[in-house]
Amino acid sequence: MNKDIYILGIETSCDETAASVVKNGTEIISNVVASQIESHKRFGGVVPEIASRHHVEQITLVIEEALRLAQLEPHQLTAVAVTEGPGLVGALLIGVNAAKAFAFAHQLPIVGVHHIAGHIYANRLEQEMEFPLLALVISGGHTELIYMKEHGDFTVIGETRDDAAGEAYDKVARTLNLPYPGGPHIDRLAHASEEAITFPRIWLEEGSYDFSFSGLKSSVLNYMHNAAQRGETVAPEHVAAGFQNSVVEVVTGKTVRAAKEYNVRQVIAAGGVAANKGLRKSLESAFQEKEIPFYIPSLPLCTDNAAMIAAAGTVMYEKGIFGTMAMNGRPGMPLTSWI
Amino acid sequence: MIYLGIDTSNSPLSLALIEDGRVLIEETSNLKINHSLTAMPAIEEMMKKAKITPAELTHIAVAEGPGSYTGVRIGLTIAKTLAWSLKIPLHLVSSLKVLAANEQGFEGLVCPIMDARRGTAFIGLYEGIGLASVLADQHSDVKEFLLKIKELNRPVLFTGVDVKLHEELITEVLGVQAQWSGVSNRLPRASNLIMLAQKSEESAVHHAVPEYRRITEAEANYNKAQEGKSL
Ligand SMILES: [Zn+2]
Repeated sequence: MNKDIYILGIETSCDETAASVVKNGTEIISNVVASQIESHKRFGGVVPEIASRHHVEQITLVIEEALRLAQLEPHQLTAVAVTEGPGLVGALLIGVNAAKAFAFAHQLPIVGVHHIAGHIYANRLEQEMEFPLLALVISGGHTELIYMKEHGDFTVIGETRDDAAGEAYDKVARTLNLPYPGGPHIDRLAHASEEAITFPRIWLEEGSYDFSFSGLKSSVLNYMHNAAQRGETVAPEHVAAGFQNSVVEVVTGKTVRAAKEYNVRQVIAAGGVAANKGLRKSLESAFQEKEIPFYIPSLPLCTDNAAMIAAAGTVMYEKGIFGTMAMNGRPGMPLTSWI
Repeated sequence: MIYLGIDTSNSPLSLALIEDGRVLIEETSNLKINHSLTAMPAIEEMMKKAKITPAELTHIAVAEGPGSYTGVRIGLTIAKTLAWSLKIPLHLVSSLKVLAANEQGFEGLVCPIMDARRGTAFIGLYEGIGLASVLADQHSDVKEFLLKIKELNRPVLFTGVDVKLHEELITEVLGVQAQWSGVSNRLPRASNLIMLAQKSEESAVHHAVPEYRRITEAEANYNKAQEGKSL
């Protein structure tokens, strides 16, 4: 019988300092996230230097807490997995150097995980993956459609050409004077609104699975600007609903089309924006109609966490893909296959 | 007792191992290579050469800053993670004091300097003998700091790899009051860091953070905006 694999995951790519222990890539033993949102709120967004400062303050505390909750001693771990990229460089290298020092101190193997692979594997902590699979990763930093033939095999079939969906949400929220982070506020307003302003749907060239949100964002900004010049008051919920309708329609449309074209057996959504109620509902009903199994991890696994990094790291460990003490934070790391 | 010393606070990297007061190995380079990439492999290599395993370490000493924000964070992150993982004491030492220690014994004042762009520096002032702090480590306009030194009217020895960037201004303000560290004495030495650590209190590992000596630009702007509001 194979020995159980216990992986310590560490994630510091943006504004969450996180550590987790995952058993056999599928079972969360502990999952600790120290969020910095309160600290960045006053600036209306994540300030990279401040994020890095918080990571140094939190990193050993968070790892200790993850081990304490898991009731495991370091020598019982199989390996350490850490987010190598992409993300904020100064933030990434706190996790990477902590992971390297921890691995060195305990003479454990180290695995460098791609953040997006982590988001996709978050799903495996609740639902076994079925291949071929289509993943929609949608967050403040990413909007990507990824096709997977099997474990560790990634093909990016579509990505944003400008802003990530979450970025567009935050910018539109700011023009509506909603607090940061804006996504949940827009979602809530849109949900409560009876009416919606019609904004354009940006489909790009025919057949493309890429996304573009900056044009939509600009038309919302123009609409607000013109209304202000004419001295008209705008109902923010109508704008929120119109903006959200446009995002949801395009994202759902492209995801469904890709799922059919690639004939996948499972579709999963991940990332902070996947927690958006409007998007979730639209995707769920579309895939129910098409009878394609569709999953979204529960909220704490949608947003950035270290369990997802440990989950993806487990598969890399099983495939024998290790890092070295020379691992570095890689802000622009491409998503490449492990096989 | 085996101390591991780590200084990544500016462009140079310095590492050392001291066993019971004997320097086993010290390695210092100034190759402007990314510390995030090189510090851990260099530690691993050095310990292998000295035949010391991680479990044999009894103390970690690290330069806490000021200096490059990213640089001090890398050193601090490695040092606190090692100290916490190995359950051994962590000692933090001013990175400017580490530089000043290169000139300990100088009969006069020692001024370590690290450039911080736009005519500013991370700078401090120490007695050459005993290394007592005369002017606290700070982020300062270089000229302003030099004018404070001038008032003291005592010989001052400047040290640090960034001395050359400010040599002209220093000469202009201080004239013959200024003296210069030799180039071999301008790099930080982790053996000196350990020596200073041995005289320092142990730090609470989880709460160990860099001494940036400067708030972030975002916070400075935010504070300014808040002041504007309260007027
Ligand atoms: Zn993410």
